[in-house]
Amino acid sequence: MKKHDTPMLDQLEQGPWPSFISGIKRLRDEHHDGRVNGVANDLLGQLEHSYETRRGYWKGGTVSVYGYGGGIIPRFSEVGERFPKSREFHTLRVQPPAGNYYTTDMLRNLADSWEKWGSGLVTFHGQTGNIMFIGADTENTQHFFDEINDYGFDLGGAGPCVRTAQSCVGSARCEQSCCNEHKIHRSLVNNFVDDIHRPALPYKFKFKISGCPNDCMNSIERADFAVIGTWRDEMKVDQDEVKAYVARKGRKYVIDNVVTRCPTNALSLNDDDTLEVDDRNCVRCMHCLNVMPKCLSPGDEKGVSVLIGGKRTLKIGDLFGTVVVPFMKLDTQEDYDRLVEIAEETIDFFAENALEHERVGEMIERIGLVNFLEGIGLETDPNMIAHPRESSYVRTDTWDEEAAKWFERRQRAKNGESEAA
Amino acid sequence: MAKKHRMPIESGCPDGFQYMHPAMIRNFGQWQYHTHPRVGVLCHIAESGDAIWTVRAGTQRILDVFTLRKLCEIGDRYADGHVRFTIRSNIEYMVDDEAKVEPLIEALESNGFVVGGTQNSVAFISHTQGWLHCDIPGTDASGVVKSMMDELIDEFRNAEMPNRVHITTSCCQINCGGQGDIAINIQHTKPPKINHDLVANVCERPSVVARCPVAAIRPAMVNGKPSLEVDEKKCICCGACYPPCPPMQINDPEHSKLAIWVGGNHSNARSKPSFQKLVAAGIPNNPPRWPEATAVVKRILRAYKEDARDWERINDWIDRVGWPRFFELTELPFTKFHIDNWRGSRKSLNASTHIRF
Repeated sequence: MKKHDTPMLDQLEQGPWPSFISGIKRLRDEHHDGRVNGVANDLLGQLEHSYETRRGYWKGGTVSVYGYGGGIIPRFSEVGERFPKSREFHTLRVQPPAGNYYTTDMLRNLADSWEKWGSGLVTFHGQTGNIMFIGADTENTQHFFDEINDYGFDLGGAGPCVRTAQSCVGSARCEQSCCNEHKIHRSLVNNFVDDIHRPALPYKFKFKISGCPNDCMNSIERADFAVIGTWRDEMKVDQDEVKAYVARKGRKYVIDNVVTRCPTNALSLNDDDTLEVDDRNCVRCMHCLNVMPKCLSPGDEKGVSVLIGGKRTLKIGDLFGTVVVPFMKLDTQEDYDRLVEIAEETIDFFAENALEHERVGEMIERIGLVNFLEGIGLETDPNMIAHPRESSYVRTDTWDEEAAKWFERRQRAKNGESEAA
Repeated sequence: MAKKHRMPIESGCPDGFQYMHPAMIRNFGQWQYHTHPRVGVLCHIAESGDAIWTVRAGTQRILDVFTLRKLCEIGDRYADGHVRFTIRSNIEYMVDDEAKVEPLIEALESNGFVVGGTQNSVAFISHTQGWLHCDIPGTDASGVVKSMMDELIDEFRNAEMPNRVHITTSCCQINCGGQGDIAINIQHTKPPKINHDLVANVCERPSVVARCPVAAIRPAMVNGKPSLEVDEKKCICCGACYPPCPPMQINDPEHSKLAIWVGGNHSNARSKPSFQKLVAAGIPNNPPRWPEATAVVKRILRAYKEDARDWERINDWIDRVGWPRFFELTELPFTKFHIDNWRGSRKSLNASTHIRF
């Protein structure tokens, strides 16, 4: 096998950070399977060509496994005559276990299967959250899928469909977690396997689950349907630990870095170095809990907030997800069923009302939040807004009926019925 | 005879509990607090008194099976065989015995992995596929990230920033890399070059017209063939037409530049989440090491490190000191392109006399 010269890529083998180029070269030079050597060599050749010309040379197409319509990112080379062994170089998007947990045994199984059928290159994980098995030809795509599907792995989403979800480390190893992220994750996406595997929505639809408002999964900015753990009773304060913390760090540090950083001025350091919390005005931003994790903890009445509509630029500009359910408990199976039902209503409404290539946030921008809420059967709530409307261009002739609904809802809430029910 | 196909098992997302460290299962939902014994190591204490140590390491992200097996071997020999990956593609090893931490760190480092990335560090740069695998990339994120991490490695290892710094890269304006405290993204500067011979066969013309954010594309007959044309005065060079219509080539070896954005913050801590803002553009897309982009990133990091207060993320810092000071401290030029003109942009203007002198 004649090795392609790669003078530009070789420069990416210098420096202290681990080099992906060195890894691809090992597949070319040291792997026992000649097929893997050849694929790695031609991949390096094409990549060097891209570096020289500053252009990409992959084209999409249609590849799937039997029974599914999506989950594979097809890649055919535009310069395949020069680099024939990596001419077909598809990626399989595979759903990771919720929370991205693995045993080394399972990672080895995946490595064994992948070098048998694919290029031997893999990423944990792509930006949507999939394991990215990068580089298999059309035929081997099926073989690889069959093999890993037999031991419990399934394809993720690609195209206009429900996508692979992400959840944080969560209750398994984080004191800030307010929910069972992994159960929420699997309850949601595994209810929509058909919508994952057979793309038929207007555009992509992503779930992300973060256990607390630190939102380590970037769900507000990146998910169509964000579920974020929170609590609604008082945060827990261990005053002895607070005193010890003040003694260690000093009053100035605590005032400058904790008390005055509270966005709603809900904290006050008492003269005896205990901390006073105005829980009614705490917005659960997490800052003080992050700074003093040994002193402060989330309360006991835990649940989640749901925000809908986050996405990046195309087409109308960046959108944050916004609140549609300020708080709901996830204690019982019925609570989980209700969350799944809200997701089903959302996806059904999205499927029927969004334009082609329109995300759910863009659809809401076009039709207004109220039309969306009415469409999926959720009631309006002042927690959904930053402030009421500033424009007087609105027709209000059913004001009295709407006001009556508000008082009814208030009464129901007083009687202890759940808001999201 | 046709081969019989195997039907897929639609099992969806696997259960993570089967792979979790036993101490994590035992103390699920019962963690009390954590400490940060050193950079790259977290120690979580449960109500039961159990402790678990996590060692986090950066890798090349695009893993070959040799590297993956090496990571597994380290996990078996020096840890408990249970790992996970962070959202920024770092590997984490969990151990329930403090004595295992130092040998594990030594094993990782002697094999070329980089222990760090916790707390106030510059975390590993999250990135996209680029020339290695994407069908529409303007650059190679893997190469940009490798080059940049070579220079930022001490910030990954030392955690000396005012707060954590998340950097992202993206090879086009779709921005799969997502929001970041600092984002390095392709920004095209010229309209697409259209191959009119191919448009009619390759592109569904009405959907391409619909895809344009500024309605600059219209159907047209060119050289007797049905094609599309772009009103170049309206075109904002975003590249949205290119994925549905590859003959509208947006990537240009010279005119596809890099732009740098700052202040994207996903967390609700202190202020509400924020989107990143443009601070620098026109940076050459210069493989294989992209030195110009790294130089700008380092300049921003230096100003932030020197001027921000403890716990301020980049957006918090700029909110406090103001944008004029940001441009002064970073010595980046402020231009007319920094003033937004997209819908809703008046909300980004200063409608007050709040001016720092």
